[in-house]
Amino acid sequence: MEMPKPDQTIIDRRSQIINDLHSIVPGEGLIADEGELKAFECDGLMAYRQLPLVVVLPETTKQVSQIMAYCYKNDVKIVPRGAGTGLSGGALPLEDAITLGLSKFNKILEIDYDNRCVTTQPGVTNLAITQCVEDRGFYYAPDPSSQIACSIGGNVAENSGGVHCLKYGLTTNNLLGIEMVMMNGEVIRIGGKHLDPSSYDLLGVVTGSEGLLGIITEVTVRILRKPEIAKALLLGFESCESAGDCVAAIIGAGIIPGGMEMMDTFAIQAAEDFVNAGYPRNVAALLIVELDGPAPEVEHLISKVERIATNNNATYIKVSEDEEERLKFWSGRKAAFPAVGRLSPDYLCMDGTIPRGQLAYVLRQMSILSQKYGLRVANVFHAGDGNLHPLILFDANNEGEMEAAEALGADILRLCVQVGGVLTGEHGVGVEKRDLMGEMFTEEDLKQQQRLKCAFDPGHLLNPGKVYPTLHRCAELGKMHVHKGSLPFPDIPRF
Amino acid sequence: MGEILKPGDADEVLDIIQWATNSAVALDIRGAGTKIRLGRPMSGLPVLDLSALNAILYYEASELVLSASAATPINQIQQALAENNQVIAFEPPDFGKLMGTPSGAATLAGILSCNLAGPRRIQAGAARDHFLGFNAVSGRGETFKSGSRVVKNVTGFDLSKLMAGSYGTLAVLTEATIKVLPAPEKVRTVLICWAQDGSYDHGGVKALGDAMASPHEVSGAAHVPAALAHLSGVQFIAETGSAITAVRVEGPGPSVEHRCRELRQLLGRYGSTEELHTTNSTILWREIRDLDFFTHDMNRLIWKLSVPPSEGSRVALKILEGNPGDALYDWGGGLVWLAMEPREDALAEVVRSFVREVGGHATLFRAPDKMRATVSTFHPLDGPMHSITKRIKEGFDPNGILNPGRMHDDI
Ligand SMILES: Cc1cc2nc3c(=O)[nH]c(=O)nc-3n(C[C@H](O)[C@H](O)[C@@H](O)COP(=O)(O)OP(=O)(O)OC[C@H]3O[C@@H](n4cnc5c(N)ncnc54)[C@H](O)[C@@H]3O)c2cc1C
Ligand SMILES: Cc1cc2nc3c(=O)[nH]c(=O)nc-3n(C[C@H](O)[C@H](O)[C@H](O)COP(=O)(O)OP(=O)(O)OC[C@H]3O[C@@H](n4cnc5c(N)ncnc54)[C@H](O)[C@@H]3O)c2cc1C
Repeated sequence: MEMPKPDQTIIDRRSQIINDLHSIVPGEGLIADEGELKAFECDGLMAYRQLPLVVVLPETTKQVSQIMAYCYKNDVKIVPRGAGTGLSGGALPLEDAITLGLSKFNKILEIDYDNRCVTTQPGVTNLAITQCVEDRGFYYAPDPSSQIACSIGGNVAENSGGVHCLKYGLTTNNLLGIEMVMMNGEVIRIGGKHLDPSSYDLLGVVTGSEGLLGIITEVTVRILRKPEIAKALLLGFESCESAGDCVAAIIGAGIIPGGMEMMDTFAIQAAEDFVNAGYPRNVAALLIVELDGPAPEVEHLISKVERIATNNNATYIKVSEDEEERLKFWSGRKAAFPAVGRLSPDYLCMDGTIPRGQLAYVLRQMSILSQKYGLRVANVFHAGDGNLHPLILFDANNEGEMEAAEALGADILRLCVQVGGVLTGEHGVGVEKRDLMGEMFTEEDLKQQQRLKCAFDPGHLLNPGKVYPTLHRCAELGKMHVHKGSLPFPDIPRF
Repeated sequence: MGEILKPGDADEVLDIIQWATNSAVALDIRGAGTKIRLGRPMSGLPVLDLSALNAILYYEASELVLSASAATPINQIQQALAENNQVIAFEPPDFGKLMGTPSGAATLAGILSCNLAGPRRIQAGAARDHFLGFNAVSGRGETFKSGSRVVKNVTGFDLSKLMAGSYGTLAVLTEATIKVLPAPEKVRTVLICWAQDGSYDHGGVKALGDAMASPHEVSGAAHVPAALAHLSGVQFIAETGSAITAVRVEGPGPSVEHRCRELRQLLGRYGSTEELHTTNSTILWREIRDLDFFTHDMNRLIWKLSVPPSEGSRVALKILEGNPGDALYDWGGGLVWLAMEPREDALAEVVRSFVREVGGHATLFRAPDKMRATVSTFHPLDGPMHSITKRIKEGFDPNGILNPGRMHDDI
């Protein structure tokens, strides 16, 4: 993975930059000591590491604005960072860039029950939002497995999902407003407590933009009342095909479950060994289907799903008896990454999405690829929306194995694109999938996306080297090609 | 109207746009023209008529995804979906009657480009939330795509969101993919019938807040003051003669019945409650969606206000004080429709200053061409928002040939 060549003149000015930043953020908000910088050298994609030029941890929007204006004026690059749990290297530092961390933006600002929304600083964790409203029976719906640690600002930047986004949507569908500092230091507010923009949907554009468009300094999300009850079913199958058919049949019956997750044998065994969730060990695929809502609805749908599962050759069916058992069903799925991680010194977590109908084919091809590379792959799968998380096991201490794992990962993602899917469903492109963007997009597609970037950050100072494989200068991107001359289409009807 | 160019496919769209951008000829981009009266009039520009781009290209019911050419009529799509018991969940409105344009002809790209959504917005999201991907030709005369045919995707910037609500000012959509959902099995509406002697705007909005804060997954939340209720096509409502507050629940039968019971108990303290069943519910929510209440007097101006839901009635009543008109509340109070007597300035300053106080925006939705040519129909953009919007426009349409000025003076 090649990062943009560091600008030596910036590195040479390091002590000057530190001094200048100190006048904006005094005291411990500035980290320059090499030992302390180590804590920031990577995000959740731990294979890539780089010490930042310096880390700055502002506490107010004004400080962020001053830092941005300073960097804009002095051509200094910035890498935004939330909690650093990202899995695609979005917050990976650059040698010649400041890492701007938002961990001190850790306050919830307003809970507005009348309008059913919470306004918070971006460094607050995803789970803390639910925790601050749950005594009144509310919650924040998107629930990434990392929710105890990841920041809401990071969720916005990645458009994160969770097991419940099939029914309740991703971050982008639950976000009402943000405050954002632009690269030139200007502060803008997008959205608020109302729905829909009156002009271009900048909120939608910033969501999932991976820190390339601005620094998010405030977030307003909608909260929902907790469903009256939730119940989960564990369904075991002798083949992934049957499990896939069962998923299609549930949706075909008009049911959109709160969550619908699938695990393959390898993931089932690993999870069972790790947390004892009570999963059947003698099945090839396991589905967890959760139904939530009023009690009569849940009862009605549970029996419908049971019938569908039987018709699709489920060999194991268990309905959660109580809340404790439901959470136990989930405990295995939620711990799937670490559970598989225990079996191997290192693992890579992939994140492609496929049309659900292609599941059986993709799993078969994946096992062929896994044999070809000689590396084990476990599969957990947001089955409802076709989002696959193959976990590739490897040992970085073995010569060449990390490269092999990456090549296998790339092949899996190419496979996802080939069957009509995409490179990433929720973890983002970052540096990890950057060089695969050409599998999905033409040069024209990518250039048009970067023209949007240029409208926010014409100097490519914000998180450069992420998402886009080639950095075109904005002036270059703005140039117009001259196309054909006069009206050359006699065949088109004109009135 | 200027001349009409009618490309037969996406390649011909590309040809035309390349010619137009080279020759600096601005175009009026149309699906079928049902929304030509939204935004500033594009008088006299050559029309790029996309109506020949009309076909469903991909529909896989079990994937919950549908792709179609830009100008495929929404009706045609809904028919195909109905065969599989599915729907476009954001309830695309049909404003033909309201705007004095043809009904039932709206196109997929037209609805997406205007980001319009009906009452189910509060539960299922707007058009933008269902817009998964597209092919388009930018004002630069280049074909590009974004998004995909799967529902979960974060690969690259989400340009579908940008295209939604851009009113054809950034690129010409040639193909779009949307997410579709199972049709609700059953629908019912709980009505609060208020006493005879008032419009109960505040009470209605408060009751809607209670309903939306309940766990009953409300999929429609509207208040119809008495002055409008008597125009309803639902006989029961027209005859009560009082203001009504309506709360919709949808889903499997046993669930809908249960939630209706609970909601009636919850809302009973505001007044007597009634239930509408499928047929009447369908009529009521369609007339709220399409604003049938405002189709009787076509001279009245219509404002669309998007505000924090709890502020809806306060803002509306402040504006209406001393300015005759009617308010209709949807989205739990967050969407306020005002029909007002015509005035040259459309009362724009008054409307927008009250909206600014609570946060939100106001669109002049229906007004004569002449007025829309002078009063800004979309909420004016402040300094930094204006410059960022302009830079985005320049990145997609540097020569300003796509619907120039439709949304804002220089955009
Ligand atoms: C006065 C009048 C004139 C009419 N003129 C015509 C006519 O010239 N030709 C005709 O076929 N019917 C015309 N009709 C018929 C009628 O309006 C249509 O049948 C109607 O269905 C609407 O289309 P729409 O919903 O797609 O809205 P539209 O008004 O077509 O579109 C709404 C918005 O989306 C934008 N948009 C639409 N398609 C795209 C796209 N592909 N890419 C980017 N942006 C897009 C538009 O520019 C506009 O901002 C006319 C009707 C009236 C009353
Ligand atoms: C065990 C584990 C499980 C996970 N499960 C899920 C899951 O179920 N679903 C899912 O979607 N993801 C999951 N993730 C990925 C990750 O947690 C999410 O992407 C999360 O949103 C990242 O948040 P963060 O605060 O850690 O952001 P970081 O990792 O710090 O940053 C992520 C990106 O956002 C940018 N950024 C952060 N904050 C801001 C800001 N305030 N303004 C502008 N840009 C900013 C950064 O530059 C970077 O590009 C998981 C990760 C782990 C380690």
